[in-house]
Amino acid sequence: MSDTHAETVAYVAKTQYDPQPPPVASSGVLGWLTQNLFSSISNTIVTVLAIALIIYMLPGMIEWAVLHSVWNAESIRECREIITNAFGEGATGACWAVIHERFGQFMYGYYPPSLRWRPDLAAVLLIVAMVPVLFRTMRPLAVAMGVLLAAKALFAVYAELTGGNAELVGPTTIAAVIFGVLALVFGSEKTRPYWLWLTFAYPVAAYFLLWGGLGLETVESSRFGGFLLTAVIGVTGIAGSLPLGILLALGRRSNLPILKAICTIFIEFIRGVPLITLLFVASTLLNYFLPPGTNFNIVLRVLIMVTLFASAYMAEVIRGGLAALPKGQYEAADALGLDYWQSMRLIILPQALKISIPGIVNTFIGLFKDTTLVSIIALQDPLGLMKPILSNSTWNGIVWELYIFIAFMFFICCFAMSRYSMFLETRLRAADRR
Amino acid sequence: MAVAASTETPAFRFEMLWRDERYRSLTIQAIAMIVLMLGLTWLVNNAIENLAALGKTFDFGFLSQPANYDINQQLIDYTSRSSNARAALVGILNTLLVAFLGCVTATIIGIAAGVARLSNNWLVARLMTVYVEAFRNVPLLIWILLTASIVNTSLPSPRDYRGLDTGPVVVTNRGIYIPQPNFGEGSLILLIIFALSIAAIFMVRAWAKRRQESTGEQAPVFLIGLGLLIVPSLIAFFLLGRPISLTLPELAGFNFQGGIQLRDSLIALWVALSLYTGAFIAEIVRAGILSVSKGQSEAAFALGLRPNRAMNLVILPQALRVIIPPLISQFLNLTKNSSLAIAVGYMDATGTLGGITLNQTGREMECILLLMGFYLIVSLSISAVMNLYNNRVRLVER
Repeated sequence: MSDTHAETVAYVAKTQYDPQPPPVASSGVLGWLTQNLFSSISNTIVTVLAIALIIYMLPGMIEWAVLHSVWNAESIRECREIITNAFGEGATGACWAVIHERFGQFMYGYYPPSLRWRPDLAAVLLIVAMVPVLFRTMRPLAVAMGVLLAAKALFAVYAELTGGNAELVGPTTIAAVIFGVLALVFGSEKTRPYWLWLTFAYPVAAYFLLWGGLGLETVESSRFGGFLLTAVIGVTGIAGSLPLGILLALGRRSNLPILKAICTIFIEFIRGVPLITLLFVASTLLNYFLPPGTNFNIVLRVLIMVTLFASAYMAEVIRGGLAALPKGQYEAADALGLDYWQSMRLIILPQALKISIPGIVNTFIGLFKDTTLVSIIALQDPLGLMKPILSNSTWNGIVWELYIFIAFMFFICCFAMSRYSMFLETRLRAADRR
Repeated sequence: MAVAASTETPAFRFEMLWRDERYRSLTIQAIAMIVLMLGLTWLVNNAIENLAALGKTFDFGFLSQPANYDINQQLIDYTSRSSNARAALVGILNTLLVAFLGCVTATIIGIAAGVARLSNNWLVARLMTVYVEAFRNVPLLIWILLTASIVNTSLPSPRDYRGLDTGPVVVTNRGIYIPQPNFGEGSLILLIIFALSIAAIFMVRAWAKRRQESTGEQAPVFLIGLGLLIVPSLIAFFLLGRPISLTLPELAGFNFQGGIQLRDSLIALWVALSLYTGAFIAEIVRAGILSVSKGQSEAAFALGLRPNRAMNLVILPQALRVIIPPLISQFLNLTKNSSLAIAVGYMDATGTLGGITLNQTGREMECILLLMGFYLIVSLSISAVMNLYNNRVRLVER
C-alpha cells in the first residue's frame, strides 16, 4: 500500500537536506539594516534625514574640536595664528590651551598651589570612603588605586619627556599605595564593617585636610573654588541630605500630628521655592537671623542651605518608598514586638530605601548639577571662574571651549552616577530573585 | 478577674509621660512644639535686634516708591518712574510668560523625543538617547549660558539685513521680531465670534460622542471642527472690514522697529529651558508608554480597533495616568528653574524683585519674603491641580 502511494506522489525526498541559510535580506548586516533602518518608506526617509543631520554636524565638530585644536599657546591670538598658519586663512579650531593653562584654577580655585596636595589627598580618601558604601567587597578600591598610580606614572613620564617636572612621590601616592595594598589583602566582604568605620571618620579627616587645623596651615573658605568647591558642596549635600531626608520622611508619615505638620510644612516650603532664592537667603539674609556679631563664612552658609534643599526632595523620594511598602511589612514588624525605631531600622527602611534608589540617585544628580547656581551669588565654582577668563584680554573671545570643558566634567560625574544606580538596581533585583 | 484588673485605669504617674505609649506621643509633640517655638522666637528676636542695629525697619512702603530702573522686556506698560510694585509685577508676568512658553515647547519636544526613543528605527532611537543623556547630565545653567552665547554670536545682527527683504519674522542676535497685531474697530466682535466657534466645537464633540454611544454612528468630528474654527471667523473678518491688521518689523537705522520683539535673553532662556525640561519629559513619556502592557494593545487589535483608535482609546488613556503627574511636576520644575533668568539678564521676578529692587532699596528681608511667597503660590496652585487630577484618575481599589 505504501508502494502504490509512493508511485502516485510526484516527488519524494530520499535524503535529509542540509539547512539553507536564511535569505540575504533578513540576516547579517543587510538584514539588520532592513529591520532597523529601512523597514518602511517612512522609516527610510527618517533614516536618510538622520544620516544627513549627522553628516552635516559631525565632521565640522570633529574638525573644530580635534583636528584643528591647539593645546599649547599663551593667548587666544597665538591660538588663532597657529591655526591660520597650519590650516590656512579662515580656518577655525578649538583653543584648548586656555583649559591647559587654567587647569589648576578650574580644579582648585584659588587654593594655595603649595597646599594642593591636601584636596588631592582628600579626593583619594573620598574614594576609600565611598567604596565600602557602594560595593560589597573592596576590590574596586584596589582597581581604582591601581588606575590612579598608573595615571600618575604616565603623567610623570610625559612630564619627563616634555621637560616639565611632576612629583611622583607625594602624600597622594603614598595613600594610594597603602590603601590599594590594604584593599587587596583585607578586601573581602567580611571586613566591610571595618572599612565603613573609615567612611564615618572621613568627614572629620576631610574637614581638617581642606580647611586646615591640627598643625596644618589653615585655608580660608574664600580661596575654595573650581571643581573642588563643586565637590565640597555636592558631597556634603549628598551625605547630609540622606539622613535628614529619612528623618523628614518618617516625620511626615508619623502619627503625631504636630510633628507631621512641622515636617510637611518644611518639605512643601523648600520644594515650593527655587534654590536660587534659598541661596539669596544664605548670601544676604541668614546673618540677620543669627545673634548680632556672628559672621560665619559664605561657603558654610551655602552648605547648610543646599543640604536643607536637597533633604526636602530626598524626603519626598523616601516617602514614596515608604508608601510603596505593603502594609503587611509594618504589621509584621509590630507583631514581632519591635519598637518603632527597631522596626524602621531592621524591617521598613532597608526595603523602602531599596525601592527608592533610582529616585535617590536622581536627587543626588540634581543636587550635583545645582551646585553651579552658587556662581550666581559670586562663589568661584567653575562657572564663576569663567567670568574673569572671559573678560581677560589674553583670552577674550573664548566661549565654547570653557563651556564644553565644564559640561563634559559634569556629564562624566552625573552619567557615572546614573549608571551606578542602574547597576545597583540590577544587583538588588538579583538579590530579590534568590 | 485579670480582666477586671486591666480595665481599671492605673493612676497617673509622672514617669508614664515617656514610659507609656499613650502619653509618650503627647510628650514628644509637646517637646517638639516648645523647641520649635523657642527656635522661632530666637530667630525673630535676632532679626529684630539686627535690624535695629542697622537702623532698618520692616515695612513694605518701598513698594510704592519709584523703581528708577528700566526693564527691557515688558508685557504691561512700565517706565523707570513706575513703582517697585509695578516692577515686581512686570517681573512676575515675565516669569509666567517664559514658564508658559517653556511648558508648551518642552511638552512638544518631550513627547516627540520620548516617542522617537521607542522608535524601531535604530538610528533615531540612538540620536534621541544622546539628546536625552546630554541634557539630563549637564547643569541647566550651563545650557542657558551656552544658548545665550549661541544666540549672541551665531545669529545675524540687524545690520546684516540691510538691503534684504525681510519676512514677517526676523531672527537677529538682539532677539526675534514677530508681527504685532493691531486691534481696530470691531475686533472685539471678531474675538467673541472666534471664542463662540471654539465653544461650538466642544459642543459638537460632546454631541457626537453622545450620539455614538447611543446609536453607534460616527460623525466627522474633525472636519466639522476645522470648518467651525475657520469659516465663521473668516467671514466675520471680511464682513467687519478687516479690523485686525499686522505691523511687520522693519529695519530702521541700526535696529528693527515695529512688531513685537522677543529679546535675545528671553529666546535663550526659552530654548534652554524647553530643551532641558524636554529631555526629562521624554523619559517620562517613554516610561509611560512602556508601562502599558503589551496585552492591552494586542487586546485592542483583537477587538478590531484600527491602530489609531487603539492608541487613542486604549493605550493613551492608560499611559496618561502614569505620565501626567510627573509631567506636571516637571512644569513646576521649569517654572522654578526660570529663576535662572538672572544669569542671562532676563528680567523675571527674581531679576526685578530679588535683584535690582533688592539691591537698590536694601530691603533684603521684605524682597526675599515676597519672592518666596510668589513662587510658593505658583507651586502650591500647580500641586493643587495635580492632586485634583490624581484623585480623578485614581484606580478605584477596594
